[in-house]
Amino acid sequence: MTDRPSLSSASGRERRVSLFSNAFSDQIFGVATRGAALLTLALLLGIILSLVIGAWPAIDRYGLGFLTHNVWDPVQENFGGMVMIYGTLATSGIALLIAVPVSFGIALFLTELSPAWLKRPLGTVIELLAAVPSIVYGMWGLMVFGPVLARYVQQPLQSWLGDAPIFGALVSGLPVGIGILPAGIILSIMIIPFIASVMRDVFEVTPPLLKESAYGLGATTWEVIWKIVLPYTRVGVLGGIMLGLGRALGETMAVTFVIGNTNQLRSPSLFEAANSITSTLANEFAEAAPGMHQAALIYLGLILFLITFVVLVFSRLLLLRLQKNEGARV
Amino acid sequence: MKIQSNFPANPKVSMNREARAAFFVRRKWINRAALTLSLIAMIFGVFWLMWILWETLWLGFGGMNLALFTENTPPPNDAGGLANALFGSFLMVALATFIGTPIGVLSGICLAEYHPRGPLAVTVRFINDLLLSAPSIIIGLFVYAIVVIHFRKFSGWAGAVALSLIVIPVVIRTTENMLALIPSSLREAAYALGAPKWKVIIHVTLNAARAGVVTGILLAVARISGETAPLLFTALNNQFWTNNLSGPTANLPVTIFQFAMSPYENWRQLAWAGVFLITLAVLGLNILARLLSRRK
Repeated sequence: MTDRPSLSSASGRERRVSLFSNAFSDQIFGVATRGAALLTLALLLGIILSLVIGAWPAIDRYGLGFLTHNVWDPVQENFGGMVMIYGTLATSGIALLIAVPVSFGIALFLTELSPAWLKRPLGTVIELLAAVPSIVYGMWGLMVFGPVLARYVQQPLQSWLGDAPIFGALVSGLPVGIGILPAGIILSIMIIPFIASVMRDVFEVTPPLLKESAYGLGATTWEVIWKIVLPYTRVGVLGGIMLGLGRALGETMAVTFVIGNTNQLRSPSLFEAANSITSTLANEFAEAAPGMHQAALIYLGLILFLITFVVLVFSRLLLLRLQKNEGARV
Repeated sequence: MKIQSNFPANPKVSMNREARAAFFVRRKWINRAALTLSLIAMIFGVFWLMWILWETLWLGFGGMNLALFTENTPPPNDAGGLANALFGSFLMVALATFIGTPIGVLSGICLAEYHPRGPLAVTVRFINDLLLSAPSIIIGLFVYAIVVIHFRKFSGWAGAVALSLIVIPVVIRTTENMLALIPSSLREAAYALGAPKWKVIIHVTLNAARAGVVTGILLAVARISGETAPLLFTALNNQFWTNNLSGPTANLPVTIFQFAMSPYENWRQLAWAGVFLITLAVLGLNILARLLSRRK
């Protein structure tokens, strides 16, 4: 009984103090969280700004001609990025060519075919494949996969196509298992999990009602996937593919191990040593003398960042559009 | 009333009986072929994981011995271990987690609790998604420009900063998602008791989402412990034991890269052992994170 009056009488000033301090700490906490969130924005701007500043000597000297110039000569300070840009685009292109159909098959299996008890473990396996660090893929590619590819794919192809006019040139070169094709294949293994899990997620977004209606009309599983699910989720599927492409373009270690690191394009062969933007940076940047060599390398980095940036923005916008449609169409 | 199937929409409905039967058989065959291909795709995906894991275990496990953890990286054709690289990696990963986690958690709180909608949240969320899949070697270039050039030398600090920039987006994403799952009745109950907002967030919402946030941190640690590209020109590498992070610092990924690309047999052996350790750690952390989030 005596507690009550004392409590309310003690409140007067103390309560105001505590209210004040609470309001104050509330403000501090709010500002801190907002500051942390703004840091993300600052980070993106900082990256772009630092790349442009670092690359400026090279941008100033070579301009856009850098993109189509195919000489890379640090001794003469004559730099052009075409070989690396070609390497990056070619490896990513091969990766997509393999990864897209395989990921589609995996997503189809996981959503429509797999028995319920297998769905979870298989999904986990695919997601773990995404978690394996790229250096593991690279080392495996160099030491295990490259020799296998050279011995059992390149050599038979060479003896089969050796004299054919175009295809012969595509498989020429020493059979050591490095080059654009091995790098592309390893990249495809790396991006399959990303594309497959996005595809699986968007396939599951399709309203069951739509699918059941089609089944009810007598459609086969494949017809339901091809004519109902895929048109419904087209945007999301494209977003997932773009996400995989973004990964492939920026991947460093897996490519650096197997691409061979040569700054010239000696032949159109898919088994000829080449270079990508990331592998050039990985190999040369730490040893490059400050000056034009470093600026040219940062210029390459800037180009890579802009390409991946555009691809990733496109991918995000597509995936966001799917999320919006979800509410409107169901 | 007669219900007529008009799927797939085509004029074949009016065909005679045999043609319809043939068409039906063809549809069934196409279906079977497509589903078989999908099964093959699944096997193809699992096959690669098995092959990579098998080789890593097979070639890496042979290199396991005590010297790996007690001796420093050797010169070519000499016995040694990976102790300095393991220690350096551990220091940088710990430091990066220590720097990145608070920033990530605070931003996640901002997105989930303070501004769930509105231009700030939309922009930050969008950019965070970009940073999540931005090339990690670009992060290395950025840290080189702001830290390494500034102090005029490669350092373990620079490496830790680069790794922390990779931690932040992962933690933001999971924190925000986990906080969004907490029912608002929990928050309202706390407000009704007179708690200020920061207390509600720290003691109620964040506390309820703890397992999810820890999962995010574990995933971030798993991600950075294998990252090589951002360390190449920030931490560089070091063949000696050092606990001074203000100079080039030994680390496992870059050591593996150098050793694997070398012609020396003993270095390649150590590289396989290192890859084995990294794979084990990363997969272990991922599985732990999964178990943690499932129990929730």
